[in-house]
Amino acid sequence: MATSIIASIATLCGLGIFFGFVLAYAAKKFHVPVDPTIERILAKLPGANCGSCGKAGCMGFAQALLAGELDLHSCSVAATENKKDIAAILGLSLEEKAKKVSCLHCCGGNHAKDKFLYDGIKDCLAASLVLGGQKECAYGCLTYGTCVKACPFDAIEMTGEGFPRVIESKCTACGICVNVCPKGLYTLIPFEPEKAKIYVACTSNDSGKVVMSVCGVGCIACRRCEKACPHGAVAVIDNLARIDYDKCTGCLECAKVCPTKVIKVRGAQPSPSR
Amino acid sequence: MGKIFAIIISNLLINNYILFRFMGLCPFLGVSKQTKPAFSMGLAVIFVLLLSGAMTWAAYNYVLLPFRIDYMRTVVFILVIAASVQFIEMVILKMSPALYRALGIYLPLITTNCIVLGVTVINTEDFFAGGKAITGSFGYSVLQVFCAGVGFLFVLMLMSGIRERLELADIPESMEGLPIAFIIASIMSLAFMGFVGMRI
Repeated sequence: MATSIIASIATLCGLGIFFGFVLAYAAKKFHVPVDPTIERILAKLPGANCGSCGKAGCMGFAQALLAGELDLHSCSVAATENKKDIAAILGLSLEEKAKKVSCLHCCGGNHAKDKFLYDGIKDCLAASLVLGGQKECAYGCLTYGTCVKACPFDAIEMTGEGFPRVIESKCTACGICVNVCPKGLYTLIPFEPEKAKIYVACTSNDSGKVVMSVCGVGCIACRRCEKACPHGAVAVIDNLARIDYDKCTGCLECAKVCPTKVIKVRGAQPSPSR
Repeated sequence: MGKIFAIIISNLLINNYILFRFMGLCPFLGVSKQTKPAFSMGLAVIFVLLLSGAMTWAAYNYVLLPFRIDYMRTVVFILVIAASVQFIEMVILKMSPALYRALGIYLPLITTNCIVLGVTVINTEDFFAGGKAITGSFGYSVLQVFCAGVGFLFVLMLMSGIRERLELADIPESMEGLPIAFIIASIMSLAFMGFVGMRI
């Protein structure tokens, strides 16, 4: 009895001490020095390991920063003061990034005709797999609100007209809706209304005749906006009006002449359906 | 030869550690959302199993049996497994940073997983008789832990493949995520129960 007690205690202690020494030796022998800069950067990062920068965690982000793979803007969580500190550690200057907001370039919704009756999963990604979606317009919104579900900030809601709307006060320009929309209808535009007063609510490259037959509210490429713009900021390329926000002054001449009213003034959007 | 075949089939299918013995369920549900991490996890499990299978066999045969304290095997095995995995983690970090990035985060997670302790304990029951190692005991033990690991990887890949497709399916809101995963796991387990009647 006594011997077995002593044997167990001795064995466990012996093994414990043995492994303790082995690990202590290994920790010294196989020590990998960590760059102290990384630890200083890490202290200034949020430490949430959210992965929104595309790296496995803040540690990976710090390493990528040091290696120059990513810049500080890839982290959308860290506070600006902390980013400035990190920039100082890295010996770089932090240029202020222009604030942006997401914008939907389609106003088809219920105006756009259906090609067939879609009866599958109520999700744009699934719907777009069936002949490119149920809408006659190959470019337009599929109206199932995948972007609404995908937005982590609840900044997109469905309007009564069948297409979603970005609530600009909540939008952080994270770009998730830009990536998730199977039709690529979202872009990021300058946040300040003075810099981007108008936007084209259409993505269709079809000719005006086709647009009128499938939707009626899209861009028909009549080029009136192009001619009306006194600053050369609007150009119709591939049957679609495009606005150069660097040149646009927000005089609204193009919006006034647009026959389908597809050049929309921001903030004057339809009220949400609830 | 027959015994080797029996060990392989038994560990891969009949006594599959996840679906029949219900060991290693945390990574089975936690890391099975995507195929890529699931594969890394499976490889890490095989690695840890091989290492701890060999280490615990030595500890059992050369320490516990001679001192007649084989009832201490649970606590000693935990000690041996934890220490050896910790040691290997340091070695990998030094020797191969690429391998460390692939397996690194999973290694400490698996150390305390019941599949590791479970297989090693089952080894001592299967391949020791009357306080002595049977002929070829070490080889059988290593083969058994390896096949257990491959069986784990196999089921984890099946599960992650199914769950990746589930992402697109129209599941009732209250069943999304883990609830539907549990139901699928039980159906897979039922399917694997079909192997029980096999005689080898």
